[in-house]
Amino acid sequence: MTAPVTAGRRYAGAALDRVEGLDKVTGRAAYAADHRPADLVHAVAVPATIARGEVVQVDVDAMLKRPGVVAAIWHGNAPRLATSDEELAVLQSRRVAYRGQYVAVVVAETPEDAREAARTLRIEYVAEEHDVILRADHPRAYRPENVNAGHPSDTGQGDPDAALAAAPVVVDEEYGTPAEHNNPMEPHATIADWHGDGLIVHEPSQNVSGLRATLASLFGMPPGHVHVVSPHVGGGFGSKAKTLPHTILAALTAKQVGRPVKLALTRRQLFVATGYRTPTVQRVRLGAEPDGRLIAITHDAVMQSSTLSEFTEQTAVPSRVMYAAPHRRTTHRVVRLDVPTPSWMRAPGECPGMFALESAMDELAIACGVDPVELRVRNEPAAGPESGLPFSSRNLVACLREGARRFGWAGRDPRPGVRRRGRTLIGTGVAASTFPALRAPSSATVRAEPGGRYTVRIAAADIGTGARTVLTQIAADALGTAPAAVTVELGDSALPPAPVAGGSMGTASWGTAVVRACEELAARLEAAGGTVPDGGLEVTADTGREVRAQERYSRHAFGAQFAEVGVDADTGETRVLRLLGVFAAGRVLNPKTARSQFIGGMTMGLSMALLEESIMDGRFGDFLNCDLAQYHIAAHADVRDVQAYWLEEEDPHLNPMGSKGIGEIGIVGTAAAIANAVHHATGVRIRELPIRLDKLVR
Amino acid sequence: MRPFAYHRPETVAAAVAQAGGADVMYLAGGTNLVDLMRLGVLTPATLVDVTRVTSATIEQTPGGGLLVGAGVRNSDLTAHPLVRSRYPLLAEALLAGASGQLRNMATVGGNLLQRTRCSYFQDVTKPCNKRDPGSGCPARTGDHRNLAIIEHSEHCVATHPSDMAVALVALGALVHVEGAAGARQVPMPGLHRLPGDDPSRDTVLVPGELITAVELPALPLAARSLYRKARDRASFSFAAVSVAAALQVEQGVVRDCRIALGSVAHVPWRAGRAEDALRGAPATEQEFARAADIELEQARPLPLNGYKVPLARNLIVRALADLAAVR
Ligand SMILES: Cc1cc2nc3c(=O)[nH]c(=O)nc-3n(C[C@H](O)[C@H](O)[C@H](O)COP(=O)(O)OP(=O)(O)OC[C@H]3O[C@@H](n4cnc5c(N)ncnc54)[C@H](O)[C@@H]3O)c2cc1C
Ligand code: SF4
Repeated sequence: MTAPVTAGRRYAGAALDRVEGLDKVTGRAAYAADHRPADLVHAVAVPATIARGEVVQVDVDAMLKRPGVVAAIWHGNAPRLATSDEELAVLQSRRVAYRGQYVAVVVAETPEDAREAARTLRIEYVAEEHDVILRADHPRAYRPENVNAGHPSDTGQGDPDAALAAAPVVVDEEYGTPAEHNNPMEPHATIADWHGDGLIVHEPSQNVSGLRATLASLFGMPPGHVHVVSPHVGGGFGSKAKTLPHTILAALTAKQVGRPVKLALTRRQLFVATGYRTPTVQRVRLGAEPDGRLIAITHDAVMQSSTLSEFTEQTAVPSRVMYAAPHRRTTHRVVRLDVPTPSWMRAPGECPGMFALESAMDELAIACGVDPVELRVRNEPAAGPESGLPFSSRNLVACLREGARRFGWAGRDPRPGVRRRGRTLIGTGVAASTFPALRAPSSATVRAEPGGRYTVRIAAADIGTGARTVLTQIAADALGTAPAAVTVELGDSALPPAPVAGGSMGTASWGTAVVRACEELAARLEAAGGTVPDGGLEVTADTGREVRAQERYSRHAFGAQFAEVGVDADTGETRVLRLLGVFAAGRVLNPKTARSQFIGGMTMGLSMALLEESIMDGRFGDFLNCDLAQYHIAAHADVRDVQAYWLEEEDPHLNPMGSKGIGEIGIVGTAAAIANAVHHATGVRIRELPIRLDKLVR
Repeated sequence: MRPFAYHRPETVAAAVAQAGGADVMYLAGGTNLVDLMRLGVLTPATLVDVTRVTSATIEQTPGGGLLVGAGVRNSDLTAHPLVRSRYPLLAEALLAGASGQLRNMATVGGNLLQRTRCSYFQDVTKPCNKRDPGSGCPARTGDHRNLAIIEHSEHCVATHPSDMAVALVALGALVHVEGAAGARQVPMPGLHRLPGDDPSRDTVLVPGELITAVELPALPLAARSLYRKARDRASFSFAAVSVAAALQVEQGVVRDCRIALGSVAHVPWRAGRAEDALRGAPATEQEFARAADIELEQARPLPLNGYKVPLARNLIVRALADLAAVR
């Protein structure tokens, strides 16, 4: 059954300003670290300086003699936690699994005293040999049961090896992406405060319901005893979605010292235990007819994880969706190294995977002498290439055509290295984007007051995306009222449980619950003759059944990205002169916040293409460039002309809003479009990101 | 951060007197020193704030040069009309450095004495001969992609990160210094040291010596000069390689020139061999390239930074060609 699209759509689709915008720009919006309960003490996490081995002793006594120091906690004196998950078992064993892992925490009356104490804390280790470098031929690479988001590790159809051996045109190349760190503007911070047997946690979180559940089980309490407060989140990109060691450390420390504890990570510490994108090594093989029609696609990806837990980026998964070909295979292998556990970073899987696939498509276009836009159009599948499921909607071709028109692609001379403006080599490139349109069960409550005001309550998260604003618009439409009459409360675990702000599924998941609650409320109001009773009227909806019962479709957003680059012939410096994306992502609910998501994603993709790389030192076992002076993120001067457009897409198989997620698709394909443009400019194919000048200067 | 005492004297003499002991450091804009203190790389027991004692003015000298107080902020120096007209390479070098906010804080004295950006130097959990003499140099066999290609030693392969200093060695600036033993002037190049077997010392200054001013000589040829900085990020990034160059051409022949390179050595590198090769030579791209090659013959790139050789070469050639093309 198709979900009915309810009520009018007066406000969904309008460019409403952020409802909390004024609070943010005037500094009134309080972030977690701004919170100061009485009697607060400050904790500093102490990182291991070996990459593998054991902590033998921590000199707690010397610490306690220092001025202002309240406690020093390590495995030897830490409270025990109820978990067998090594990722969460903070200070529960002597083992050191990676360099930088928290092995102690020092607590003092002031942050300065705590930092100085942490700096001088003496820790004795027994170090063991470590192994931190990912290689495609690593002897301990293995096939994981599943990869991230529950996808099967390997898939296949037909006989790709034989098809490739016989194919008239073959591209067979290896691509690489480095480790990258999320680096939200707001560093992670936790304030943990115990009241009797209850715990209050102030923390920027993409998933307050999930954090509450994990903390409750770690400390052996019912979930209702944990209260996570997170009204504002200064960016996350996935790094604030899981329960992280520093949060557990803060809670455990507060319990031990019997006072509220603030633990704020430094920027350097963000490069250790808040997750990161795994490096990838990818081999893509494409076999095609001379006209570019694909006969075979294989995509084999190797990633790393830690010895603590298995996280496998779903790198090759987009190759299961993008193009038609009778013979195909995708595989994922993972190597467990003595490194921190990688995690979600904007568009896990699609982002690095599409760099490889879309670079290979460009190489195929050149090998066949077919225009790269045309090549993609020729390989458009009628249904999910592997799943066989019909697409709920798929407008990749329309995005390519519209993007080509806006960008001025027609008549492009395919020859590489022949365009110059002064000493600058000019080139253009294109790549496709894709991201699944997911939805998870959620609950939401809506309450009507007699005066005509409504309050929506949902444990959703606004990590800077505009979720609060969009949910306000959705509720206003479903209630037939104005946004000004609706207050959305989110970012608090005491609100009705809701899924993570991740996987680009927030709005779809939360919005469905909000619509259902509003519909029910409207129906009850009508039954009651249209007047709100004195005590107000409240309805809660849970979309578990609706989401689980949804029809089987292949649901994805698509897009096309076009880039124009200038490469300095003397220095190899690459500058992106223009970036233009066209996306088909269902119904766009707020063009203002949507545009920010698209151009934000594209900017992050530009940054990935040219700059971002966390450099692992094999001898020490940690990342070297752990600050923003060394780990480069695109500056304003790098982001010259970024334009995002979208197509009107009607898709009745999604959710009551008709929307697809837009948080991640903007970063997908950008790096490939830029790398393809660099090839067009210079004739040099960069298969390993980032595209630094040392790879181009000669 | 280690607790420290803080003094803010009112006179140079008082500042120098207070800097007598061990473990004392001068504090100017603090944009480098405070960062390094927070990292535990530097742990002075006493800070002597010199922002009240070093001059923040720029004066003309009788000889036609400029005397720049050590307390002049980078943003004021780059904006000064005489700096812009007489020494474009210096104005451009300053503008290419750091960010607007940092340039507003950073002083001339502090800029000259900023420390290397080698990542091992900045991480106290790792060995580094510069920070902890005798502990070793992990960069040599590790990540040195942005480190030295010229005159590095087995003990240290770091580069000096300042853009301004590259322009100053090209100009042959004179650094005015005051210490317990009195005042002296240190010419550039000559302020910064090569690493040799003691990379812990970046400069020839002795502990407690205060930079009071930098004197820019009268140098008419510097009116035709430029600074070009190659880097992956378009702003707010240290150089991969940079070049400061000034050129005087008469009837197609190089009368005089100044060339200096940044981010290639432990010191801002004056390309004296290239200059010698060019004086009297035809002002052609071929000759510029020949001179660059002569300079870079002495390069000994490490496994990961060989790219700096062609980069430096191309930058020199392009800078000179652009200057030669100016009418
Ligand atoms: C993120 C970032 C990016 C940067 N990018 C660049 C760049 O691209 N290019 C570039 O050139 N620089 C760059 N810088 C460095 C910046 O230029 C320096 O930090 C600044 O110039 C130092 O000046 P200061 O006055 O703040 O010095 P301080 O930090 O106060 O002092 C630096 C050193 O000089 C000593 N000192 C200061 N004044 C005197 C004096 N009068 N006499 C004797 N000793 C003195 C201090 O004891 C200390 O050792 C960057 C810095 C940062 C943080
Ligand atoms: S290059 Fe110099 S600064 Fe860097 S690690 Fe080696 S000794 Fe230390």
